[in-house]
Amino acid sequence: MAQNRLTRLFQEKSGNLLNIYFTAGYPKLEDTVTILEELEAAGADLVEIGMPFSDPLADGPTIQASNMVALENGMSIKTLLQQLEGVRENVTLPIILMGYLNPVMQYGFERFCEDAARVGVDGLILPDLPFAEYEEEYKPILEKHGLSLIFLITPQTSEARIRQIDKLTNSFIYMVSSASTTGSQVQASDSQQAYFSKVKNLGLKNPLLIGFGISDKPSFEMACLSAHGAIIGSAFIKALQQPEEVRQNVRSFLKTLR
Amino acid sequence: MEYGVNERGYYGQFGGAFIPEMLYPNVEELREKYLSIMAEPEFQQELQELLRDYVGRPTPLYHAKRLSERYNTKIYLKREDLNHTGAHKINNTVGQILLAKRLGKKRIIAETGAGQHGVATATVCALAGLECIVYMGKIDTERQRPNVEKMRLLGATVVPVTSGSQTLKDATNEAIRDWINHPEDTHYIIGSVVGPHPYPDMVARFQSVISEEIRKQLLEKEGRELPDYVVACVGGGSNAAGAFYHFLNEPEVKLVAVEAAGLGVDSGHSAATSVLGKTGIIHGSKTLLMQTEDGQITEPYSISAGLDYPGVGPQHAHLAQTGRARFIAITDADAMEALRELSRLEGIIPAIESSHALAALKEINAGPDDVVVLNLSGRGDKDLNTILTYFEQQDGPK
Repeated sequence: MAQNRLTRLFQEKSGNLLNIYFTAGYPKLEDTVTILEELEAAGADLVEIGMPFSDPLADGPTIQASNMVALENGMSIKTLLQQLEGVRENVTLPIILMGYLNPVMQYGFERFCEDAARVGVDGLILPDLPFAEYEEEYKPILEKHGLSLIFLITPQTSEARIRQIDKLTNSFIYMVSSASTTGSQVQASDSQQAYFSKVKNLGLKNPLLIGFGISDKPSFEMACLSAHGAIIGSAFIKALQQPEEVRQNVRSFLKTLR
Repeated sequence: MEYGVNERGYYGQFGGAFIPEMLYPNVEELREKYLSIMAEPEFQQELQELLRDYVGRPTPLYHAKRLSERYNTKIYLKREDLNHTGAHKINNTVGQILLAKRLGKKRIIAETGAGQHGVATATVCALAGLECIVYMGKIDTERQRPNVEKMRLLGATVVPVTSGSQTLKDATNEAIRDWINHPEDTHYIIGSVVGPHPYPDMVARFQSVISEEIRKQLLEKEGRELPDYVVACVGGGSNAAGAFYHFLNEPEVKLVAVEAAGLGVDSGHSAATSVLGKTGIIHGSKTLLMQTEDGQITEPYSISAGLDYPGVGPQHAHLAQTGRARFIAITDADAMEALRELSRLEGIIPAIESSHALAALKEINAGPDDVVVLNLSGRGDKDLNTILTYFEQQDGPK
C-alpha cells in the first residue's frame, strides 16, 4: 500500500521532519524529477509537489508567480503524472501532491487518484475540498487507491473541528502557523506559541507538521520544538531562482537547513 | 423543482463552499448568522429606511412606450439606474454593511471590476464610518480611472492587483487572500451572487427587493403581479438574481438571462459562460466556469466590464441547467446598437451591461398582449468613454 511510505516515515522518525514544497514544472518544465532526486539526496524527509493553478487562492506572491511560470512552461496534471512515471525506481521519499480542486475535477477525480497512486504518490492536499464533500463523495475513492488526504488547521480552527480532522486523516495534520497566505514572514509571538502548545497538548493521533512562514534554519528549528516537523515552500521556490544550476540550488538551500 | 438554496448551500448540483480552512471560520460565522440577523426587526427597519431615504427606493417601473412600439409588445423598465451611485449594486452593499456592523467587523474589503461595486461599497463604508479597501485589477484601474477617483474621494483605499490577468477574477482572488490574512476584524462584501455559500443566497436576498417592487408596481399598473417575461443581464448575475427572485416559482413567468457574447460565442473572445463553461470551482463555488481542458480558468471578454466574469452565480447555473431561465448571448455590436436605440427612443442612456438585456428584446418574440419587465440595472454615465470610442470606430469621427 502506497500510504505505508508516509506512515512508515512517521514511525521511523519522530521529530525534525523536513517537508519541502515545490511547484511542478518550475523553474523549467523538466525540473520536477531532478528536484525530487536532489531533495532525497540532500536530506528532505518528504515532499509536497504543487500542481500549478491559474487562481491559487491560499498562496502568496512567490508561489503564485511559480504557478504562472509553470503553466507558461506547459505544466498540467497530465504532464506531471507522466513525469512521475518510473520515479519510484530512484526516489523513496513520500510524495504528496498539492493542488486546487478544479484542475483535479477536470482530469477526473477517480482517474486522478488511480494514476497518482500508480506512479507512487502517497497523499494529497486539496485545500479547497470541504469536509462534507470529502466524507460523502471523495473518501471512498481515495481509500480505494490507498491515498491519504492531509487537512489543514489554523489558529482559528476550533478544538472540536481539529478533533474531527484528526479522526478523518491517517497521515499527518498540516498546521498553518498563522492566519496568512503562504510565504508571509511570520514573527514568533506569544499567541502563536500558545496555539502551538494548545494543539500539541490535545493528544492527537496524527503527527503535526507546521507550515506557512517557515523559511530558514531558525524558523524550522523553532517549529520542530512544537511539532514533528515543518514545511518549507516559498523560501525553497526563492532558492530555485538563484543563478546556479537547479541541482546546485537545491543542495545549497538544504545545506543551510541541515 | 426547487430553485432556492438548500440547507447544504447547493442549487441542484451547483454551489457549496469550496474554501481553504483559513477561510472557514469567517464563512461559517456568516452562514450561521446571516438569516437570523436579516430577520431582526431592527435590522429590517434600518435597511428599509436606508433603501428609501438614501438609495432612493422604490425605483420606478416605467412603461417605455416608444420602445414598446418598436418591439410591438408592452415593455416596462425597472429603473435600477436611478439608484444612488447609478446601479443596483448598492442594494447589496447597504444590506451587507448593516450586517457587518452587527457582526462587529471594523474593516471592509471588496473586489471590483468596472468599479461600480467598489464605488457602492466605498459609499456605504463612508456612511457607516468603516475602513474600506477595494481590490481592483491594475488593468481595470487604468480603464476605469473616474471610478478609482470616486472611491478615493469617498475615503476608500484602492489596491491595484498585479497578479494573474490583473482583472476582476484576480481582484476577487486578492480580496479572498486579504480575508485569509485578516480572519477576525474584516468583512468581505462580495458584489455578486458568486463565492462560497452563503454569499450567493445572501446577495440574492438583498437584491430581491427588485422583484418585490416589480410585483407591487405591476399590480398597480396592470392589475396583475406577474409579467410574461422578466429580462436581465448576467455577469456574475446579481441584478438578474434580484429581478428573478420572486418569480422563480411562478412557472408562467418566462425568465430571460442575457449573457455577453463579446465578439461572438465562438470567436474566442466571449463571456457567454452558460454556453462555453463547464462545471468547475471558482472563488469557492461549484458552478459553470470558462476554463481550459486542464482546468485553468480563462479570461473572458466583453465590451462591458461588468459582464466579463469567467463564472456565473451557482443559482444561474442551476436555472440554465434546468431550463427554468432561457439564456441568450448578445454580442458587443448588438448591445451597443440597443444602447443607442434606448438613448434615442426614451432619453435614457443605459449601462453597457443593461444594454445586453435590451438587445435581447428582439430575440424573445414577445407578443402585443405580453408584458415584459426589463431590469435596467445601471446607467451609462460610467461608460461614456467606451461608448464614444466604440461609435467613433464604428461610424467614423464626427
